[in-house]
Amino acid sequence: MKTITLGTENAYKKRRKSAWKQLKNQKYLYYMSIPFVLWVFVFQYLPLWGWTMAFQKYKPGIGFFDQKWVGFEHFRTLFRDEHFYQVLRNTLAMSFMGLIAGFIVPVIFALLLNEVRVQSMKRFVQTVSYLPHFVSWVVAAGIVSKMLSTDGGVINDILLGLNIVDQPVQFMAQGHLFWGIVTGADIWKETGWNAIIYLAAISGIGPELYEAARVDGASRLRQMWHITLPGIRPTIIVLLIMSIGHLLGTGFEKQFLLGNHLVIDYSEVLDLYALNYGLAMGRYSFGTAINIFNSVISLMLLFAANGIFKRFTNESIM
Amino acid sequence: MGVVNSNTQVGRLKQSLQTKSAHDRFLEIIVYVSMIVVTVLTIYPFLNVLAISLNDSVDTVRGGITVWPRQFTLENFSLIFTYGSLITGFKISVLRTVIGTLAGLISGSMLAFTLARSDFQARRFVSMFLAITMYVSGGLIPGFILMRDLHMIDTFAVYILPGLVSAFNVFVIRSFIDGLPFALQESAKLDGANDFTIYWRVILPLCKPALATVALFLAVGQWNSWFDTYLFNGSNESLTTLQYELMKILQSTTTSATNSQDTANMAERMSQVSPESVKMAITIVVTVPILIVYPFLQKYFVKGMTLGAVKS
Repeated sequence: MKTITLGTENAYKKRRKSAWKQLKNQKYLYYMSIPFVLWVFVFQYLPLWGWTMAFQKYKPGIGFFDQKWVGFEHFRTLFRDEHFYQVLRNTLAMSFMGLIAGFIVPVIFALLLNEVRVQSMKRFVQTVSYLPHFVSWVVAAGIVSKMLSTDGGVINDILLGLNIVDQPVQFMAQGHLFWGIVTGADIWKETGWNAIIYLAAISGIGPELYEAARVDGASRLRQMWHITLPGIRPTIIVLLIMSIGHLLGTGFEKQFLLGNHLVIDYSEVLDLYALNYGLAMGRYSFGTAINIFNSVISLMLLFAANGIFKRFTNESIM
Repeated sequence: MGVVNSNTQVGRLKQSLQTKSAHDRFLEIIVYVSMIVVTVLTIYPFLNVLAISLNDSVDTVRGGITVWPRQFTLENFSLIFTYGSLITGFKISVLRTVIGTLAGLISGSMLAFTLARSDFQARRFVSMFLAITMYVSGGLIPGFILMRDLHMIDTFAVYILPGLVSAFNVFVIRSFIDGLPFALQESAKLDGANDFTIYWRVILPLCKPALATVALFLAVGQWNSWFDTYLFNGSNESLTTLQYELMKILQSTTTSATNSQDTANMAERMSQVSPESVKMAITIVVTVPILIVYPFLQKYFVKGMTLGAVKS
């Protein structure tokens, strides 16, 4: 009995001593990580602390404990604002359209590109398809407006040439077209880039599966449907769940750059709302409440999507 | 019996080959037509912009320029380089891209090195601490308040510091280091090297493919970013970037209100001379540096994207 206690005590001391020794041994690893952990704390976690602003009547320049606490007042103001529901509608509409388009189109593109048997052509098309991903949204938005413009825009030229319309369509001035334009711009810019992962997943499918299918007389269309598509199913689901998590965080660059005062009823999204009605007017607390609402909805969507997929398929990210 | 059997098999195979080729031809047509459509849709806008930028600005107004300039001139380009704010913007953009990329590479690879060491005590904690930032962020306004409280508004540092460590990039490099044999580090240790030396002398040189990927992500992000300029340095003319200047010029046609008097003047001067051609020339100047770089790094980033996506 005595010896056992002694033994564990010794072992405990030894462990503690070795932990300390290891700490000293790994001092360079600590030197190399601690500065960046501190950095992450300051630039990523401190803004989370800023969320407390949403529950205060925040006034700049005075200390945290001197702020006046108002509870959920800013949220009540937000939910009473009719404008908010319009903004929420726009955000959800463009997010869901972007989700479907940014997801189905790259899969189809990857499947088709995979069927190109001429290697040089395959490489050329792929290289070209990344191109728009590398230009900024400023440039992309400029190009999109140029293509859709009423004087010399190629889309209007084609529509006029085919006699589909008798006068140029003012694409950028019509609210009900705005969601479609944003989605189209997104497809143009990101399809090739998003397809990279699917192409990589396709190349991981065993060639013996295709060989077996060929012996059974399956056409390439059938091989695509019965081998390639199921083969990339896990990848598709994981990416779908992840993009649902980022649904409301799709940003506002596109909307900011493509929008104008004529289409603002359709172009304003949550982040722009926070920018215009929070930051620009100095209503920091109200703007933060909008940010928080955005984040909470995103997290809920992420968990919901994950739960649903966990139940119906065996893929999940958590 | 056996002969009959093999005969029917051959017959079935023949039959299936025939239907196969019909189906396959159908698929082939769809594939090649859609690839041509994708290529044209992607390239045409760029060629169109290039053609307009190289076309005489007065002639451009007549419209009808497709992929070839009608009256070739380089005047649009020489004109935009006489605008001071564009020159400043170019310098700041280059500076932030170079510094931001180097700083991001060093920080990302150092963290990744420590996280790839399975014996590192704080590994789990640091990994979690980083991973959380990929899903939760404070948002626009708390971020803005933080920058203001740190007195970083109207400084160059606001381009570099807030984005210094990106969890995604760290994980891309880490999964690459994970693939290297650990025996390399052990033998270096036996030779008396400390962990920093191992990182600098052994790991970094071997990480070039991963570093190239991350460098491309960082450089593209830095070069293309405009919103931080808008938010923090928009009124400071010595710190605005090229993307921001382009944004102001492109927006000046759709919205009449502009931020500073100088912009309004410049936009006005430009629209007097030539609206489209000059705008397109600036677009080309903003785009070309990226387009030169990316084909060379393509083989790396395809790998990097896949690695990062699979691991995270």
